[in-house]
Amino acid sequence: MRPLTDEETKTFFEKLSKYIGENIKLLIDRPDGAYCFRLHNDRVFYVREDLMKRAGNISRENLISLGTCFGKFTKAGKFRLHITALDYLAPYAKFKVWVKSSAEQQFLYGHHIMKSGLGRITENTPQYQGVIVYSMHDLPLGFGVAAKSTQECRHTDPMTLVAFHQADIGEYIRSEETLL
Amino acid sequence: MGRKRETGEKVQSGPGRKAKKQKPPSRFLNEEERGNKKQLSRRQKKRLKNRLEKATAIAEAKKKANERDLCKKLKNHATELVPKVGSKRKLPDSEDSAEESSEEEFGSALGKESDYNEKKDDDADVSGYTDDNKGWLKPKRRASQMEEEASDESADEDSDEVADEFGSSDDSGEDKKDEDDIEDDLLPVEKAAKKLRKKEEVNRKLAEDELKTNIAESETFILPSGQEIEKDTQTPDLAIIQQRIKEIMFVLSDFKSRGEQGRGRKEYLSQLCKDLCTYYSYNEYLMECLMQLFPLEIVEFLEANEVQRPVTIRANTLKTRRRDLAQVLINRGVNLDPIGKWSKVGLIVYDSQVPIGATPEYLAGHYILQGGASFLPVMALAPQENERILDMCAAPGGKTTYIAALMRNTGMLFANDANKERAKAIVGNLHRMGITNTVVSNYDGKQFPKVMTGFNRVLIDAPCSGTGVISKDPEVKVNKDEKDILRCSHLQKELLLAAIDCCDAKSKSGGYIVYSTCSVMVEENEWVIDYALRKRNVKLVPTGLDFGREGFVNFEKYRFHPSLKLTRRFYPHTHNLDGFFVAKLKKFSNKIPGQTKDKPTADNEGSGDTEVHTGREAEHK
Repeated sequence: MRPLTDEETKTFFEKLSKYIGENIKLLIDRPDGAYCFRLHNDRVFYVREDLMKRAGNISRENLISLGTCFGKFTKAGKFRLHITALDYLAPYAKFKVWVKSSAEQQFLYGHHIMKSGLGRITENTPQYQGVIVYSMHDLPLGFGVAAKSTQECRHTDPMTLVAFHQADIGEYIRSEETLL
Repeated sequence: MGRKRETGEKVQSGPGRKAKKQKPPSRFLNEEERGNKKQLSRRQKKRLKNRLEKATAIAEAKKKANERDLCKKLKNHATELVPKVGSKRKLPDSEDSAEESSEEEFGSALGKESDYNEKKDDDADVSGYTDDNKGWLKPKRRASQMEEEASDESADEDSDEVADEFGSSDDSGEDKKDEDDIEDDLLPVEKAAKKLRKKEEVNRKLAEDELKTNIAESETFILPSGQEIEKDTQTPDLAIIQQRIKEIMFVLSDFKSRGEQGRGRKEYLSQLCKDLCTYYSYNEYLMECLMQLFPLEIVEFLEANEVQRPVTIRANTLKTRRRDLAQVLINRGVNLDPIGKWSKVGLIVYDSQVPIGATPEYLAGHYILQGGASFLPVMALAPQENERILDMCAAPGGKTTYIAALMRNTGMLFANDANKERAKAIVGNLHRMGITNTVVSNYDGKQFPKVMTGFNRVLIDAPCSGTGVISKDPEVKVNKDEKDILRCSHLQKELLLAAIDCCDAKSKSGGYIVYSTCSVMVEENEWVIDYALRKRNVKLVPTGLDFGREGFVNFEKYRFHPSLKLTRRFYPHTHNLDGFFVAKLKKFSNKIPGQTKDKPTADNEGSGDTEVHTGREAEHK
């Protein structure tokens, strides 16, 4: 367990800002206590500082997880967000996509979102913008990338993809082992 | 082309349509036979009501007129009447003075009951005698009735005579006549029917009693000999065995009178044990242990182990409320109910049209599938906000997430499990439920005091033989023997001592350790606690669970500390939960007894006992 290096911080924050923009600073300056990002086993954990200090008692090989896991660095040095980060991404999300209840199940099985399943989309979403996917009852389901801008979405036919799937909460069941 | 002609013979596939034909309506026939009340149609009821109202109105008017008349006449003939009345009255009065009042009531009640009867129209007139002469008007009629129940006419005449004697108006005479008619009309039929029914009932009861006494007297169960049983074991017939189990249980419930001469109770017990083993396919060691645990309710316990416990879920209070969750799930076609008064977060799922472990709500962490019994240790632990808590054997994280939810994501929670693979399940559940205050580690629980101590509360849900959850894992029936139980027990003792060492006695809010297992064996429960009481400065405190059975203080060869009755046991057949044991300990000193004076030696009973006594004195101070 160690703090992130400058380079790691840069890639990590770049990725994060695709979804929540400048709201990142809300994650770091919190009124309810100091929080920090820590790297452990290539994974980035977001954890309260006093909890992090206590967790220092536990040796590296025996520590499995602390606080919330945001994602992991791949061997190539890129950062990949995990679905476990959704709890922090959803409240600060800048661009959102709502899927109809008929397409909800499809998305939870790992499929992309088609125009026919699109319920709503935030105004002025640019193409390839990171979006958080919600159900029509405002239940966060996962996140992905907008395949088309809001403008384009209006005029496409129902079978075109409007958002690419990246992570969904179905992964808690589908890939529990690889989650961490 | 067209359809191919079927050449093969037609085979009848089912019993056919005629088999489904409805049976004749037996209920109505029966009722008619019994001469019961006929159900009235709505209109008939309405008409009847109208008629009744009219009748009462008329009666009221008549009554008033009557009263006036009678008053006048009584005034006129007062001197004449009084002696006459007296003489008339005396006879019936002496005969059935006690009966009268009750019979009167009975009559009026009957009047009310027999609303359906057409003749009842003027029935309300019974109340026409509520004036001061009612006392002596009725007995006469009653007497006449008793003398000649059969003949209506004479009774009518009688009543007429009475009326004449008073010289009252014709109205009152008529009223009486009607009433008599009604009573006569009702009573012979109804009374006869009633009598008949009563008789039948009495007869039936007698017959039943006779049958029972016959059974009890004649049929003493005879224990089969060894050879007979050997024959059985080659081709065990479950029906016979079940019958024998029942009979042996019957004999054993009152051995003195039902037991066979010359056969000991032990023989019966060993036979019962064997039969239960074959019938429910347990191994003999486990069955003996269970029979000691449940001498009276062994069959209920075994039967309960054959049935699955209901599926229960726990609402995640960090993300939702139970009411909202229930509403959402009901909309998805799930049939559920609150688990009971003792939990505010549990729901029982009866049946569901969707997989309950894969709904979007489940994936979003609004609830977790968790056995009802696993709520109990956490409720006993009663975690507070901003505490430091250790869950020593945490996987798969059901109890851990419950603790974190009760702490509202504050403080610190350490979830430890010895198995790395299972620890992954904790991580998944924690993240799904949105819990952020938890550190997951993978230590052997026995080593944990070396890693960290000073916890406010410690929960230890020890690994066990699983004799309480046989319904979940029937393997236990055959693969557990004495060695396994003792091995579990040994491990549990070590873990419990480690858990106590991790806890901090000086913490203001805490210093509590909760020990739980999903086993019903005494060796894994009370024995372990008793050991800890002797080895560490801890005492038992009430668990805060208001149901469940008290733990054993004495069991077979074991004699435990009397405070062990503060522990709680839960059984599948009594609480419809998994078999479970919960004990709550409070640590009152961080000193480890025996360690300061001399190195801790292996089980030294005497020294351990003295330590406990000193500890208790300290607690009193």
